Amino acid sequence: MANKPGDRPAFRYKAAELAVAAFFMLLGAIVIYDSVRLGAKWGSDGPQAGYFPFYLGVIICVTSAATFALALRMPKEENVSFVGVDAFKLVLSVLIPSAVYVGFVSWLGIYVASALFVALFMRWLGKYPWWKVALVSIGNSVVFFLVFEVWFLVPLPKGPLEVLLHLD
Amino acid sequence: MLDDFQSLLQGFAVALTLKNMGLMMVGITLGVIIGVLPGLGGANGVAILLPLTFSMAQSPGGTTSAIILLSCIYWGALFGGAITSILFNIPGEPWSVATTFDGYPLGQQGRAGNALTAAFTSSFVGAFVAVIVITFLAPIVANFALEFGPPEFFAVYLLTFSAFVGMSKEPPFKTLTAMMTGFALAAVGTDPVTGALRMTFGQTFLFNGFDFLVAVIGLFGIGEILLTMEEGLAFKGASAKINMKVVLQTWKELPRYWATSLRSSAVGCFMGIVPGGATPASFMSYGVARRFSKNGDKFGSGQLEGVVAPETAAHAAGTSALLPMITLGVPGSPTAAVLLGGLLIWGLQPGPLLFVEQKDFVWGLIASMYLGNIAGLIVVLTCVPLFAAILRIPFSVIAPIIIVVCAIGAYTVHNSLFDVWMMVVFGAAGYFFKKLSYPLAPMVLAIVLGDSAEASFRQAMLVSQGDLSVFFANKLVGTLTGLALLLLFWPLLSWGFARLRGR
Repeated sequence: MANKPGDRPAFRYKAAELAVAAFFMLLGAIVIYDSVRLGAKWGSDGPQAGYFPFYLGVIICVTSAATFALALRMPKEENVSFVGVDAFKLVLSVLIPSAVYVGFVSWLGIYVASALFVALFMRWLGKYPWWKVALVSIGNSVVFFLVFEVWFLVPLPKGPLEVLLHLD
Repeated sequence: MLDDFQSLLQGFAVALTLKNMGLMMVGITLGVIIGVLPGLGGANGVAILLPLTFSMAQSPGGTTSAIILLSCIYWGALFGGAITSILFNIPGEPWSVATTFDGYPLGQQGRAGNALTAAFTSSFVGAFVAVIVITFLAPIVANFALEFGPPEFFAVYLLTFSAFVGMSKEPPFKTLTAMMTGFALAAVGTDPVTGALRMTFGQTFLFNGFDFLVAVIGLFGIGEILLTMEEGLAFKGASAKINMKVVLQTWKELPRYWATSLRSSAVGCFMGIVPGGATPASFMSYGVARRFSKNGDKFGSGQLEGVVAPETAAHAAGTSALLPMITLGVPGSPTAAVLLGGLLIWGLQPGPLLFVEQKDFVWGLIASMYLGNIAGLIVVLTCVPLFAAILRIPFSVIAPIIIVVCAIGAYTVHNSLFDVWMMVVFGAAGYFFKKLSYPLAPMVLAIVLGDSAEASFRQAMLVSQGDLSVFFANKLVGTLTGLALLLLFWPLLSWGFARLRGR
């Protein structure tokens, strides 16, 4: 899939399999721990709160341990590149700005943050001229504002700019 | 039977109002756009728009309008997947992967119009057969299910989830891990029976648990964008023109493949009702068609029959997935699961009682399936160039806009920014899960059904005082449980058989 020739692997399948299986084992352990704390036995009035989740945790641990074991025995020829460096950079170039964007939403409100986010993408990955960037990013936020605030009457997070324009 | 027919006519009266017809057109158009865009699909398209129906559902008759809107988005998305497969060799939806095998070569040969007409028409045929099946089978199933108690319901849930283990292509261990993680996520928050707080670790934002809508938007939406990004984006496609001549010419050719249509509809309906889903149904029916067809060896080089088979099955499966949802409260596909979640939010209890207490709703929905698919066929046949143009918008513009839409969708669920953070986390997780073939469908179903499944399990356990034999207490529940266990251990059994034969 993403194994374009010349793109050296960022990490391989075995590492990814092991990491995700380990993550699930940890998750299962947390579920078991909390279920035992709540009581996973049969109380006087029926099953306790942790009764059902306890077994979920056990199954998660057992099945992910099996996946972990299978991954350890993965033959070398199957251990191909999970994702190439260049491809992974592209993935991160979406994921990291998205996380930053969510942080900005709480500060600037969703409309301003969205306009900045779209603008960043268009300029950085798309290399568009500034006037196109401005047109699309601001236009997009205005359309969303009209659709949600005016038409559907669904209030979305707003920031200083909306307060300044008395739109909140 | 006559009663049902009368109810159906009444349903048509509900669905044929101007407002509902309008919503149908809006839903179909939005659905096709959602199906065409990468990162937006049936399941998360419906999830994003679901919060907008909260207020709509409050007015009298509003729930019917809301379900018509959302189900039409689903039909539209089913149609939309075919467009990208044939023109761009990019399956817009997982169930249209099989359509690319013959659809894209046809497009390259300049016969995109024929391929699209064949795809849309056979989608329509598949859906139509499935709706007829629903019309006749649903009241019977619902009537039967009225007798169900907690053990029977739990057995049905068990059967549903075991089917994922037994029938999916993903490794069974991973299917189980994904499914149980879904159940665990559903269990976070207040325990519905005792009121105890589970797995919240003192964090207030976890008191209400994880919302399945946020999980769906993250796993399917953001995860999909990340996957698409990795491939680097260059959309190069055939141009699409459909005129009346091409349509009529294709329609003249299609009756030749009646046997394929029939087989594919049957495969699709079966796979939809048993929670296999549209994607395996489309692959299976492509394989079956290739084996039975006279031109089987030419499949893959651009045979109309190779487009007819997967499209018919995918639509039949996608549509019939609603049958177990409305009759038993057990959805057959991720999108059906989101619709089911919608019913719960609107205050309707999915299950057999719907047919008794919410006649207008159920039959309005069924009638809208007939009408929605006719409307869908007309919309897609006339507007293909418009939808194809959407795909020519460069990814660096469309990707951030889709992420913004997802963020707004996640926010509106509970008006909470925490949900938007969760969406990003689920998105990153979805990217890894998908690449390592952890199936997402059973995980989503488990998040939606977790509470109901746990409740029926605990009620059954209370009645029997903790004795597990209650799940074999009578013929009905015993058969269901037995079947579920068979499916659950099917991978182990087939592995064992293979070993024995290999010796």
